[in-house]
Amino acid sequence: MNIPTGRLAVWWVLVSEIVIFGGLLVSYVMHRLGQPEWAEQAAHTHLWFGATNTFVLLTSSLSAVLAHRAAEEGNGPKAAKLLHLTCLGALTFLIIKSVEWTDEIRSGFTLQDGGFWSYYYTAAGLHAFHVIVGAVIMLWVAASARKNQDLHRVENIGIYWHFVDIVWIFLFPLLYIAK
Amino acid sequence: MAQHSHEAAHVAGASHDAHHHQNWFQKYCWSTDHKMIGMQYMFTGMAMALLGAFMAYVFRMQLAFPGHAVPGFGLVSPGQYNMLITNHGSIMIFWVAMPVLIAGFGNFLIPLMIGADDMVFPRLNRLSYQLFLLSALVLIASLFVQNGGFGGAWTAYPPLSADKHYNLTPWGSSLWLIAVVLEFVAFLLGGINFIVTSMNSRAPGMKAFDVPIVVWTIVIASILFLASVGPLVAGAIMLLFDQLLGTSFFNPTRGGDPVLWQHLFWFFGHPEVYVVMLPAMGIVAEVMTVFARKKLFAYKTVIYTIIATGVLSFFVWAHHQFVAGIDPRMANVFTVTTLLISIPVAEMCFVYIATLYGGSIRLTTPMLWALAFIAEFLIGGVTGIYLGSSGLDVFFHDTYFVVAHFHYTFFPIAIIAVMSGVTFWFPKMFGRQLNEFWGKVHFWGTIIPFNGIFIPLFILGAAGEHRRIFDYSNFEHMSKPWMIDMRIAATVSLVVMLAFQIPFLINFVWSMFKGPKVGKNPWNANTLEWTADSPPPHGNWAVMPEVHRGPYEYSVPGRERDFWPQDEKV
Amino acid sequence: MLDHLIASAASFSGDVDGLFVLITVLVGVWFIAAEAMFFWLIFRFRAKDGEKAQYVTGKEKHLKKWINIPHALVLVCDVVIIVAAIRVWVTIKQTLPPADRTVRVVAQQWAWTFADPGPDQKLDTPDDIRTTDELHVEVGKTYHFLLESKDVVHSFFVPAFRLKQDADPGRIYTGWFKPTKTGSYDILCAEICGIGHGVMGALLVVDTPEAFQAWEQAHAAETPAEAASATESTPAPAAGQ
Repeated sequence: MNIPTGRLAVWWVLVSEIVIFGGLLVSYVMHRLGQPEWAEQAAHTHLWFGATNTFVLLTSSLSAVLAHRAAEEGNGPKAAKLLHLTCLGALTFLIIKSVEWTDEIRSGFTLQDGGFWSYYYTAAGLHAFHVIVGAVIMLWVAASARKNQDLHRVENIGIYWHFVDIVWIFLFPLLYIAK
Repeated sequence: MAQHSHEAAHVAGASHDAHHHQNWFQKYCWSTDHKMIGMQYMFTGMAMALLGAFMAYVFRMQLAFPGHAVPGFGLVSPGQYNMLITNHGSIMIFWVAMPVLIAGFGNFLIPLMIGADDMVFPRLNRLSYQLFLLSALVLIASLFVQNGGFGGAWTAYPPLSADKHYNLTPWGSSLWLIAVVLEFVAFLLGGINFIVTSMNSRAPGMKAFDVPIVVWTIVIASILFLASVGPLVAGAIMLLFDQLLGTSFFNPTRGGDPVLWQHLFWFFGHPEVYVVMLPAMGIVAEVMTVFARKKLFAYKTVIYTIIATGVLSFFVWAHHQFVAGIDPRMANVFTVTTLLISIPVAEMCFVYIATLYGGSIRLTTPMLWALAFIAEFLIGGVTGIYLGSSGLDVFFHDTYFVVAHFHYTFFPIAIIAVMSGVTFWFPKMFGRQLNEFWGKVHFWGTIIPFNGIFIPLFILGAAGEHRRIFDYSNFEHMSKPWMIDMRIAATVSLVVMLAFQIPFLINFVWSMFKGPKVGKNPWNANTLEWTADSPPPHGNWAVMPEVHRGPYEYSVPGRERDFWPQDEKV
Repeated sequence: MLDHLIASAASFSGDVDGLFVLITVLVGVWFIAAEAMFFWLIFRFRAKDGEKAQYVTGKEKHLKKWINIPHALVLVCDVVIIVAAIRVWVTIKQTLPPADRTVRVVAQQWAWTFADPGPDQKLDTPDDIRTTDELHVEVGKTYHFLLESKDVVHSFFVPAFRLKQDADPGRIYTGWFKPTKTGSYDILCAEICGIGHGVMGALLVVDTPEAFQAWEQAHAAETPAEAASATESTPAPAAGQ
């Protein structure tokens, strides 16, 4: 019952995030089940882009774990480097995502094209927003970690990053695979 | 854990000295002191309350005297009328009840009552207030943009709220929605701060069941808010995209579903009632125990009923949608859950009434407000049974019976309990005493007209008068002479009640600067905030307190004094 | 009690009024008991010089029973109310007695339009009688209504029938009523629907069989064969365009 203050706050942030994504995804699933024609639209998503991004995000979580271990050993500069690596993963994720979206929009599937695409872009967009916010905070944490300051924050941002990862693990099958 | 915070506080104490050399802006606008932030929330809430009250005055005048220019406003058009009722509701719930009860009292009281020097994240706390202030400004701005403010009711049901061709207020509706989302984010930040602070920063010796009820209620309310608002945040983003980007989440012509919004809204909307009700119950518990010189009757039972109410409140939302086109079989389930929630709430009321038994009751101004809360809230509670019963809700839904019912819950919560708290903690906030005589004038001048406003509305609602109508003379059976008289009676009561707020405002401002000075503990109360100076300095205590007993040890046999502060050694 | 305030003119409106009386009696007793106890305690235990308050924790058995017994009784009252409420609800919303006649009710910003099936008793045929802001029904007959909305959420509210149903765009609801008293009653829109919400009303006229027949013949004669279907939907404005 003795959780450090920062980590405790991160857990409560995650609780509030879970209900936000939960509300969106439960709404999506309910309507998806009620509207079989959405499956045809879902067939136009690029499975391989999604799969690659899943791989990228999972890999970036690995370096976040390693950063946490380095921070526990008191090796701030190493933790900072590993966090930068995670940020690189985030950047790769976003680049792949933008290429994917550009292609889809060119093929004529936009936000305005009915129920499925509304959910597709909004859910993935909200997730991408979390990726961006997470990466920015990570750069900030890395900057102080390099000076061996506030090393406990490395773990906190790691917990957040795993959450971003887990959200994607829900999004990927729901948006890309389910036919 | 507790030991840790004790040391940390002493270290922090040194840095607080630096704060004595702040300029005006740093002290009042850029402070990280929980008391200052609490008061910023409270004053902003009070200012918004005046705006909300003015709106109520305008539309009640329009209802009583349709077609006549309202003094101070002018002629009311149907669009303006909708804008007024929509924003009156939004303001009173999101910009008055929430900031004053949760953020205002929460910020001011939590660190003082658990013996901490400040919130665990002071800068996050400041950011929370700034976002809240921004949300209030966005909301006010939304009233003045082209085509006017949003007029689709505080529930904002799409497609009306989603499509500018239907609501005719493209700017107003989007700004209103943005303001609401900003406000939610502000309270999420504040809520996380409250929860973590009360979990990790309690004074040495303070166990969970030594925490005053009002801290429990504010923390549980914050958890309720955090757990219920998520789907509505998602829903608000979806609605904003529907308005601005042309998505079709709620657009039935393109595969969307308008009823989805109603579920997302009420999944939050009903727990929200308890989010503001619980802190009010907490304030009343503190005031009642002090002025009855009594231990709270069955402290643990109160906490269990609070938790039970909170949990049950997640399973009652669809009673707002009995006639909204949900599966009628679902209504039966929600009738059962809704009526079951009356059990913990009734239990809470019984326990509060029982607390008076054997007491030594002094009817000071804060106590009058606290007792009035119980007496009036009971009316709100029992009339809820009518509306929770699906068979009767078919008739009462969206009539003035509903309006009267929720004002009998929200007014005791947002005004009566708040007044009880403000008059009770005023000496701690400003180190001065309010005037008792004018306090009592304000009390009676508010309570009597309050009943004069809403009892007629129960009767009108029972006669089928439906809500959100700017002029009833268009409907034959809604404009009988007795109904017109009742509308006028309600409006006159409102004007009288508003007039009686003037002595309060004068008393408040005058006492802030000129009231008689008080010591640390003017009410002879037990809880920790009364061991700090009045007003407490930045950092609250020079020597951090330790806790030896529960908060309500009044009139303990064998002791000379009838109170026993939590930090007293023997 | 409610019929003193507003006419009671449908077969189930008496059930709703009965439920109202039942709840009023049950919660009224509790309310008066609680308030009486409350004010008595305030008076009885007012502060007196030299008299200290008692030390009561709330764990004492002989005191706790004053909470526990009412607690159990409230539960009993709740169960009674739940059963009564659900019975009325099932009558109004979950059963659909066979119809003598079916009418269509269409809500839009900011008017009600109605379609009566006309002499052939079938909707969507050329002899339908379509009216705006006035619905004629025959007393004593069981009606089904098909409720739809063309734009935003409206709510079909007939206070004298104690009947209310939201009309969501994109869906058609079927409900029923059986008028029992002749007269003319308000139809209201109970869900805010834009700036015209305050004027969105109509009249529901409950006729005697003779009067209804006369009305039907008069209108059937003056409505020539318009093949247009009443269900045709005007295209709704696209959002955000």
